[in-house]
Amino acid sequence: MRNNRKIRVLIAKPGLDSHDRGAKIIARALRDAGMEVIYTGLRQTPEQIVETALQEDVKVIGLSILSGAHKTLFPRIIGLLNKKGLTEILVIAGGIIPEEDVPEMKKLGIKEIFGPGTPTSEIVQFVLENTS
Amino acid sequence: MICKNVQTLEKIEEIIQGVIVGDHRSIAKAITVIENNTVKARKMITSIFPHTGKAHIIGITGPGGSGKSTLIHQIILNYRRRDKSVGVIAVDPTSPFTGGAFLGDRIRMQPLSTDQGVFIRSMATRNYQGGIAKATKDAVKVLDAAGKDIIIVETVGAGQSEVEIIKVAQTVVVLFAPGLGDEIQAIKAGIMEIGDIFVVNKADRENANKTVVDIQAMLRLNNDERAWRPPVLQTTAITGEGVSKLIEKLEEHKSFLKEKMGQKRSREKAEAELVEAIKNKAASLIIDELKKKGKLTEYITKILEEKSDPVSIAEKMLVNEFRIQKKCQS
Repeated sequence: MRNNRKIRVLIAKPGLDSHDRGAKIIARALRDAGMEVIYTGLRQTPEQIVETALQEDVKVIGLSILSGAHKTLFPRIIGLLNKKGLTEILVIAGGIIPEEDVPEMKKLGIKEIFGPGTPTSEIVQFVLENTS
Repeated sequence: MICKNVQTLEKIEEIIQGVIVGDHRSIAKAITVIENNTVKARKMITSIFPHTGKAHIIGITGPGGSGKSTLIHQIILNYRRRDKSVGVIAVDPTSPFTGGAFLGDRIRMQPLSTDQGVFIRSMATRNYQGGIAKATKDAVKVLDAAGKDIIIVETVGAGQSEVEIIKVAQTVVVLFAPGLGDEIQAIKAGIMEIGDIFVVNKADRENANKTVVDIQAMLRLNNDERAWRPPVLQTTAITGEGVSKLIEKLEEHKSFLKEKMGQKRSREKAEAELVEAIKNKAASLIIDELKKKGKLTEYITKILEEKSDPVSIAEKMLVNEFRIQKKCQS
């Protein structure tokens, strides 16, 4: 019986964005790299995202946000993950996150933030290197 | 099989205990263990099996785009109003080229994700054929042991040959959308034969009635004397119209299985599972034994040197090594 482990990733759109082209491109790139990608769809609450990550037993959460509400929503998501004991999940983010907010987000526990124009191969590489 | 790693063993024990009390995180972990097909999965299934057998297992199948996920969302809402807990396994295909998968069924059900009476898991086929994943059957057992009253399995978008769902579900719902008239003709040999309930979704569209009539005509051609006559219903999943009628029929079929079929279906299912398990187990025992005795390479050589076909060699091998001979049939 061989072990067929697969990297399971949740791509989530927190808050009130109505645009998910970026999230879908990332989902597609990760899928093409052999991962199993679950997409939540638009307008998710932190509670929905965390419960979905728990039920789907994912190794990685990718948060995509364009609305500017990351300073409100990301701390709530990280807080809920900690509360549920899901601390081993790798959390990364992308979208429109101003340069000056990046240190604060990283301190919070977001492992990496990928801005517009990041080659998808870079994101794939990062996920592969940070999940074992 | 001896598990050397005590720590993982303890962890598995913890997962099993969690599943039995219905803890969502444990259910999630248990399904991952099954999907990854480790030795631990076997131990887990053995432990949880006595807790299974209580749930009503419903399969939902039908062509891609017929509205399976949206209808399931409505079915869950309806069962929740009746205070039933629900588990869902939603299967989507794995790419045969990259091994990756995009699992999007849950998007339609996402408003339910924080309801603690509902557990939804997306599952990739990992190239298993038949419209479900290899892990689906055992994942259903996990949800059953965890006390979910209703378990719904959504197959990949299905056509003619995706009929594995009958080995998992007690009640199979086959879903269509209007405008598939000729296609229904084409799929008569496949999923038309496995439905206990047929549903024409998107009934607000033109031609819904015609699709119903087409399905009814197809069903009349089944000249068998089955005690259960599959109803053909109409729903509009986006509004929920027709869904309570569907739930009624689901309940009816459940009682039918219990009262009229007795243990017949359960026995058939148990038989299929046992036969499959024996096949797998016996084959691997025989192959291991041949490898141990160094005989496997010997027989491979025979195929090549005697130019005998592998089936004849396998038959000879069974006689020589295990004294198993197929009786002549007249």
